[in-house]
Amino acid sequence: MTINPDLQGRSYPAAEVYDVGREKIREFARAVKATHAAHFDVEAAKALGHRDLVAPPTFAIIIAQRADAQLIEDPEAGIDFSRVVHADQRFTHHRAIVAGDRLVAELHVDGVRAMGGGAMITTRSEIFALGDGDSREQVTTTTSSILVRGEGQ
Amino acid sequence: MRPSLTELSPGQDIGNRTIEVTRTDLVKYAGASGDFNPIHWNEAFATSVELPGVIAHGMFTMGSAVQLVTDWAGDPAAVVDFQTRFTKPVLVADTTGTTEPGATVEVSGIIGKLDAEANTARIDLTVVAAGQKVLMKAQAQVKLA
Repeated sequence: MTINPDLQGRSYPAAEVYDVGREKIREFARAVKATHAAHFDVEAAKALGHRDLVAPPTFAIIIAQRADAQLIEDPEAGIDFSRVVHADQRFTHHRAIVAGDRLVAELHVDGVRAMGGGAMITTRSEIFALGDGDSREQVTTTTSSILVRGEGQ
Repeated sequence: MRPSLTELSPGQDIGNRTIEVTRTDLVKYAGASGDFNPIHWNEAFATSVELPGVIAHGMFTMGSAVQLVTDWAGDPAAVVDFQTRFTKPVLVADTTGTTEPGATVEVSGIIGKLDAEANTARIDLTVVAAGQKVLMKAQAQVKLA
């Protein structure tokens, strides 16, 4: 199986909306063993100047991996998910994600290069919070590289 | 309270943290994150794809390591950038029914660089499991007071 080199430069537009809920922030925070009060206690978050509970710094992976799924599940891409290894990850927060945010992600395939019999694929998700009407605010940029192992790798 | 630039210098220690990991933790992370890849909870599947056993999600390790920075910074929103490379998997033994962890991850952090113009500190994390560095170039940028 080979990775389609034409993937580079491809984009997937914002699809479903992700509603950030308080209980999801608390659940994710517990799952990464976070204890900061701003993830759990609305009053503590407000005391720091936030509108509501603050998501942990890697919470955006939920939205980014949903966006990535569009590429991984795209039959034209030729990616075997069982051979995917996460190589690197970055989060750049333009502002913190808070409970009540309604988020969408645009996915961009920034790089595809052959590695042995496999390929390294770099994707970027631009995550926006929906505002009133058609307005939206840039919240987080995530970049991720995955290595799709070739046969025998 | 967020730290302020004037009280910091490069090389300064921000502390350390020990994270004990069980198979149950990986199931919880799978549910919380939506990443249900069976290499993180099913031994037979993991070994069938030539892994030595069940491994932690790289994102579990990355996400739990950054808590050292969050707590030091005093506000999760102060962590404006966080990146890493995943170099070695964290193998998690099945210790179900005991009080033993399946793996132990040691996290420590120092101030790597200060940027007076941006008013940020770069925290460099060292993350070790079973004697090996499992994350490389694990760096968080913290917005200071």
